[in-house]
Amino acid sequence: MKDQLSQPRDLDGNPVTPGLPMAMLAEITHRCPLACPYCSNPVELTRAQGEMTADEWGRVFRQAADLGVLQVHVSGGEPGARRDLAQIVAHARDAGLYVNLITSGIGITRERLEELDRAGVDHVQLSLQGIRPDMADRISGHPGSWDKKMVFADWVREIGFPLTINAVVHRQNLERLPEMIELAETLGARRIEVATVQFHGWADLNRKALMPTREQAAFARQVVNDARIRLRGRMVIDYVPADHHAIYPKACMGGWGSTGLNVAPDGTVLPCHAAQSIGWMRFENARDRDLADIWHLSDSFNAFRGTAWMPEPCQSCARKTIDFGGCRCQAMALAGDARATDPVCSLSPFHADVVARAEADAGADTADFIYRRMRKGE
Amino acid sequence: MNAQPAPLRPAPLIAPDDIPYLPRGVRLADDRVRGIRVLQAPERAMQLDAIGDAILSELDGTRSMGAIVNDLAARYNAPPDQIAGDVRDFLTGLIERRMVFVRGHP
Repeated sequence: MKDQLSQPRDLDGNPVTPGLPMAMLAEITHRCPLACPYCSNPVELTRAQGEMTADEWGRVFRQAADLGVLQVHVSGGEPGARRDLAQIVAHARDAGLYVNLITSGIGITRERLEELDRAGVDHVQLSLQGIRPDMADRISGHPGSWDKKMVFADWVREIGFPLTINAVVHRQNLERLPEMIELAETLGARRIEVATVQFHGWADLNRKALMPTREQAAFARQVVNDARIRLRGRMVIDYVPADHHAIYPKACMGGWGSTGLNVAPDGTVLPCHAAQSIGWMRFENARDRDLADIWHLSDSFNAFRGTAWMPEPCQSCARKTIDFGGCRCQAMALAGDARATDPVCSLSPFHADVVARAEADAGADTADFIYRRMRKGE
Repeated sequence: MNAQPAPLRPAPLIAPDDIPYLPRGVRLADDRVRGIRVLQAPERAMQLDAIGDAILSELDGTRSMGAIVNDLAARYNAPPDQIAGDVRDFLTGLIERRMVFVRGHP
């Protein structure tokens, strides 16, 4: 299907009305000292020589701000792997964007963190893989990571950045969730994001080692509910539950092409970070085309906008404007069809199979990981 | 299970003598594309209506909530009691989200 200049259309040719994006995820590099087995980067990683320059990022940030984006999430890989990170941050602030820095804390010295403060970082998000060195270093695949993170968190507090802790939870660390929340308090975090692993890409390769049990999912819910009451007014807890155990799917990205976009290290513009798992879909590049054109006119962003493209049971479902049929990438991965109802939905014909597989994987007798690494020569 | 009925309003997290302020990383901003005012905060951009913008514009880090309520009541010629409830509930919601901080009266 060709671009429709006069009228954006979904993948079936139904007219759609694009809104405006609020937030942009800028994955400025795929390089990372850590090797977390659930990394949200694609399995095919971009090499350093494919990355956009700081000036190219600056141009994309200005286009994003003109398009309506208010916040940029500067992420990776590890954004600190780029020596010109402060320049990239300064470009984002000059464009008028609010800058969230999402980091592992590894590879950014105190001096660089002060440089990032001067460049205008508004908020720092520090990832947490577990509690204490043995667990955190094994999951991140990086000996010494825990100690470095704790030092980094001290610097964040001393400089005065607002801090969010990003805790990714799964079968091998969920029992320690109460300690992770306590640690975030101790570190002076304003927020903690507790996100259950999403099974795309690397995490899908590690399903048997990461899939939480049903009991763990219930435990996590209880821990979060109790902590929210205890910490009211002191720390915010954002929680992404394990959706394999849910009744209805998540409203992924608040609806495809609705409020957010993701720019990959080489400038590829994606409706979500996992969208490249939809193998037949073609994506455009911010190096070739203005971001506003890509947002409003590209086939990829328009493909699943609105509700007219939805098959049953979504089409006649009262929740179709609440969860938008769930996650397209999960539909691709689990049903083999990106248009299908998200198979984690209890109304999907694949639901029973999905639950059975999740239960089997949750009971798998392995703790071994396939770590996220670039292949040799990359 | 909770046998108590839920309260209609969340318990306030700020008293009249407390001084509310926007902490580092939280700022008022113009959204020039949509033509609205927003509160920019970690991972959140919140659309503000005229009342919310008026309240947050008063937060100077020196005046107490009580003083701010009196100033707003005078400026908008409104009963202080009604303003006090609106300001307290609005700020309590933002304190819960850690977008407004509070210090006690010096």
